[in-house]
Amino acid sequence: MTVRALYDYQGEAKDTQDKFHGNQLVYIGWDKHLMFCAPHCLPLPPDMPFGALVKEVLPGVYDSHPDWAQINWDSVEWTVDQKPFTPDMEKGLAEQGIGHKSLIRFTTPGLNGIAGVAS
Amino acid sequence: MTANKMNMREKYQRMTRDLAWKPTYQKEDDVYPQAKYEGIIIHDWDKWEDPFRLTVDAYWKYQAEKERKLYAIIEAFAQNNAQLNVTDARYINALKLFLTGVTPLEYAAHRGFAMAGRNFPGAGAQVSSQFQSIDELRHAQTQIHTISHYNKYFNGFHDFNHMHQRVWYLSVPKSFFEDAMSAGPFEFVTAVSFSFEYVLTNLLFMPFMSGAAFNDDMATVTFGFSAQSDESRHMTLGLEIIKFMLEQDERNVPIVQKWIDKWFWRGYRLLALVSMMMDYMLPKRVMSWQEAWEMYFEQNGGALFDDLARYGIRMPKYWEVSVKEKSRLSHEVWSIFYNYGHAAAIHTWLPKASEMDWLSEKYPETFDKYYRPRFDHWAEHKEKNGRWYNNTLPMLCQCCQIPMGFTEPDDPTTICYRESEYNGVKYHFCSDGCKDIFDDEPEKYVQAWLPVHQIYQGNCGGASVPEVLEWYHLKHGQDNLDYDDSQDKANWNKWKGLTEEAAQVMKKAANE
Ligand SMILES: [Fe+2]
Ligand SMILES: [Fe+2]
Ligand SMILES: [Zn+2]
Repeated sequence: MTVRALYDYQGEAKDTQDKFHGNQLVYIGWDKHLMFCAPHCLPLPPDMPFGALVKEVLPGVYDSHPDWAQINWDSVEWTVDQKPFTPDMEKGLAEQGIGHKSLIRFTTPGLNGIAGVAS
Repeated sequence: MTANKMNMREKYQRMTRDLAWKPTYQKEDDVYPQAKYEGIIIHDWDKWEDPFRLTVDAYWKYQAEKERKLYAIIEAFAQNNAQLNVTDARYINALKLFLTGVTPLEYAAHRGFAMAGRNFPGAGAQVSSQFQSIDELRHAQTQIHTISHYNKYFNGFHDFNHMHQRVWYLSVPKSFFEDAMSAGPFEFVTAVSFSFEYVLTNLLFMPFMSGAAFNDDMATVTFGFSAQSDESRHMTLGLEIIKFMLEQDERNVPIVQKWIDKWFWRGYRLLALVSMMMDYMLPKRVMSWQEAWEMYFEQNGGALFDDLARYGIRMPKYWEVSVKEKSRLSHEVWSIFYNYGHAAAIHTWLPKASEMDWLSEKYPETFDKYYRPRFDHWAEHKEKNGRWYNNTLPMLCQCCQIPMGFTEPDDPTTICYRESEYNGVKYHFCSDGCKDIFDDEPEKYVQAWLPVHQIYQGNCGGASVPEVLEWYHLKHGQDNLDYDDSQDKANWNKWKGLTEEAAQVMKKAANE
């Protein structure tokens, strides 16, 4: 039973992809940078190239952090839905398995937030 | 009339239990359609104990007396402009959060207990629920009177019911109560009367009421005590429903345990808002969240569950996680509100130097190590580039609806991510507690109205913060932003005869 109810109750999923006007939701978390109190949620076109996400979208989210300008992008480690991931900067998000409500996390080795204590 | 000669027990019997009857024209199951579907088995409703033995006439008399006293004091408070006596206008923000977050819940409780009173087949449980339903309506009313007084002088109170339906952080208490109200009567009363009012109430009431008293807010102290005088009855109902279910049939035990697990976790997550109120929002602190959790949950709660062990009930699942989180909870939550203070109906601020020292002392393991550097950085940013805000919307937990700001139980430097998939869609959670609740009834929680997703679906007035604020009925520059930039602060200084300059001098004098 997937809900305790008086009859065979079916709920309507509120956040299916069709409700986001052609976009999909993507969650992004920068590990050890908790000055941003929580990961972020972004509506993005499924065919947006990963490179565009990194170069055009993420700066607007994170560049107020002093570590942002120091990032060496070759050393960044990514996961998608908690599995190690090597992005193809040219390919679209959906094409490389980043689906609706997928979670992208990245770590920036050597950069661990304000005072190095994950802020 | 013979009624006067009856003792309390007889009178209770005559005026409550004896007024019930067994239906004969209709089947009992049709009259009480919600009585069985939750799986709770009741053999004998007459075994329901009500130590208060309250009857309607006595109830009416007591409550009328309370109301008379309460409104006399509220009236005097208004006449004397006693809102000017609070320690500092920052305090009012604790009140804003409480009154806009809790008042609609009092009203929801009124509805919920009316439904429970209708749906329990036993007269004892019906009567207790109906009294509580009226109590909760009274609580909602007295709090609205208090809102109405403070609304004349401070921002953020003006449209609390509209805000309750829409504002992102108010969806946290709202969804908590809607979850309970859309359950059956047994789960509802377990959720609200037992888990919330019995197990966790001291964590809500103690900091809020002592906080009000410490900060010279007599209006709040007054309605608080008036409401609290009903609470002993509510707590009794909470304990009675649990013991009654457990004693009626062994098969009820696992169901009750599951509800205790669920509603402990949901209640605890809701109290995260209280943790930041205690540690950050009261100009005069009462005790730290960690101290309160140790005293009221670990010690008192521990004793309660020792007592329930004879029924086969254990401590709520994940209580250990709440203990691991106690030294970080308030800091993580205040950080969330500081991040999104431009979208809230309360003001936020950086703790003063003396307040940071208090936090270091209360949280020797965590504050200086993890949180002070963050505040120092924000202070520097404020000095050089203005107040820092987070300009991208956060990821929310599907269950508690709080931004995913909680960290791994064993690692305060890493966000806790949990995930489930249901019917091909991914769902995300802040904790194992929230994930388990979803996994048990996914069909319920897939319907969650998550404020961030609603904004992106275009259902909240637009995509920009000003548009969404307008849809919330919040005025940018009045209700939101940093306390330092607020009308509340400017007015306060004016009323207290403090020009900005005088305030600066006083700050220096206080060495802050
Ligand atoms: Fe109440
Ligand atoms: Fe209550
Ligand atoms: Zn949660």
